[in-house]
Amino acid sequence: MKQGSDKNSSSANTALEQWRKQVLRKKKIKNARTLVRISLATMAAAVFAVLFLMPIVLTITNSFMSASEISANYGQVFATTDSGGKMYISEKVNLKFIPDMVSFSQYITVLLKSPEYLLKFWNSVILVVPIVGFQLLVAAGAAFGFTRYRGRVKEMIFFIYIILMLMPYQVTLVPNYLVSKWLHVLDTNWAIWLPGIFSPFAVYLLTKYMRRIPVSMMEAAQIDGAGEWQIFRKICMPLCKGAMCSIAILIFIDYWNMVEQPLILLSDAEKHPLSVFLSKINAGEIGLAFAVATIYMVPPILVFLYGEDYLVEGITYQGGIKG
Amino acid sequence: MHFYMKRKERKKKTGSSPRTRRGKLVSAGYLLPSAVGVLLFFVLPFMIVIYYSVVDNPISGQFVFLDNFIMVFNNSAFRQAAVNTLTFSAVAVPLAVVLSLFLAMMLESKIPFKSQFRTFFLSPMMVPIASVVLIWQVLFHYNGMMNEVMGFFGADKVDWLNSSYAQVVIVVLFLWKNLGYNMILFMAALSSIPKDIIEVAVLESAKPNQIFMHIKLRYMSSTILFVTIMSLINSFKVFREIYLLKGEYPYPTMYMLQHFMNNTFGRLDYQKMSAAAIMMAVVMVIIIGILFLTENYFGKDVEG
Repeated sequence: MKQGSDKNSSSANTALEQWRKQVLRKKKIKNARTLVRISLATMAAAVFAVLFLMPIVLTITNSFMSASEISANYGQVFATTDSGGKMYISEKVNLKFIPDMVSFSQYITVLLKSPEYLLKFWNSVILVVPIVGFQLLVAAGAAFGFTRYRGRVKEMIFFIYIILMLMPYQVTLVPNYLVSKWLHVLDTNWAIWLPGIFSPFAVYLLTKYMRRIPVSMMEAAQIDGAGEWQIFRKICMPLCKGAMCSIAILIFIDYWNMVEQPLILLSDAEKHPLSVFLSKINAGEIGLAFAVATIYMVPPILVFLYGEDYLVEGITYQGGIKG
Repeated sequence: MHFYMKRKERKKKTGSSPRTRRGKLVSAGYLLPSAVGVLLFFVLPFMIVIYYSVVDNPISGQFVFLDNFIMVFNNSAFRQAAVNTLTFSAVAVPLAVVLSLFLAMMLESKIPFKSQFRTFFLSPMMVPIASVVLIWQVLFHYNGMMNEVMGFFGADKVDWLNSSYAQVVIVVLFLWKNLGYNMILFMAALSSIPKDIIEVAVLESAKPNQIFMHIKLRYMSSTILFVTIMSLINSFKVFREIYLLKGEYPYPTMYMLQHFMNNTFGRLDYQKMSAAAIMMAVVMVIIIGILFLTENYFGKDVEG
């Protein structure tokens, strides 16, 4: 009896041992596999990162080339757009990662000697900043309106907002043009400002966010005697601060990049933002182009470095369109 | 139950109170500025555009029904632009969805420096197109770097921007710009899939590709829908790249609907523009509707 049980337990022990070894081996294989998988993924990510960053980095490094170096390297690329026959044009296009000699001459020329670029930069600022500010302001009110006392009419209006938001610019362009013409604001900044300020984009996003605030919170405030303005000011706005930042960044990127609107609505090239003007730099001034391009990148990059988390949160809120 | 009763009661009680009515009015007041703006700048002019698209000309107002549409449709420039735009979207949008899902899964597979990689992938979204166009011109020039790299592998030189290869270039530029944005959406969706469901599937010895096909994809179906719609809308913005690279009349395969619109604006042909805009709106509504229906079909038994 005793012997039997002993035998049994010992055989059970060896079986257990074997099983344990097997599990360990499997674990090792699994670990090795995950290690391989992760290192492969990291390498792929690194390759993608290089591809994604290269154009940006190249633009910045090339902005520190002197004008003569630019025209020697890239003269051929840009010479076709103009009669710039004076400059030396090399046989090959040498894409350089690092300039032969770091020079600030591009920046000095742009900042001190050719005010037209700074003027266009200022045009961009003038066009974009009011849109960001006022679109947020209008949207804050509208989102509050959509959040409080939801009813069928409001849901229908909200649906119209969603449809409008999903329309590509080619569709809203003609209506925009007609309104600007009737209001006699064509060729003025108002033609860009007004449709921008009332764009449904921020309303949609902020409403989605505000509707997540528990209704009980607002009701409690109401019972305590708060009016709608106080609920808006003291409950909704503080809770939506982060969302407002996210949306502001998204609006800013979108309008800083605008090309279609000024082309149609501002026929006076003097009023064009730098985003349009940059493509019209002729070959004679190509020595400055990289510096101008870099200067134009600075505001969005600063916004990005400062508010990346807000941006990510804002994009995330955009998802889930049905919610 | 108790809670429900209470709420119902409360609703009944407050439904007719003057205070609630006043609140409703005030909240509508908050909505008013935006609603008026949208009405004035988007909805009403759109109605007028519909009107313009079916009349002979705005002054006589003669009803011609579909004549304008037929005229626009028979316009060879419009047809080329429409075909180019559709081809581009049909290629670029699926690529943007699949590649960004791939990037998101790559970042979610516990790789080191995840947040740095996220920053890198997102950075093209921030950079104005106008700023990087110079580099694209240098890269894709006939004697540029792309051809040198291609030559290294023994391929022939290609005039990237002035041949049918131009479409490849704009797909690449589109992906470069938009993958990061889509990736963020997918990352959020991936991290919101309930962990316990995947654990159960693993316990029941589901293979990784089964988990991916039957659990992850279904849970992400609404995100896939959204990413597809956003990529579609953004794919119409590729005009910016093309315009900044090549101006108003690029190589024919890069001639997009926006080019057609811009050039029609030059002639102020309202009927043509209106008809084109309406056609595009209708096509958009149809495509988005189909996408929604597909998503409803595939994601119906998943909550959230």
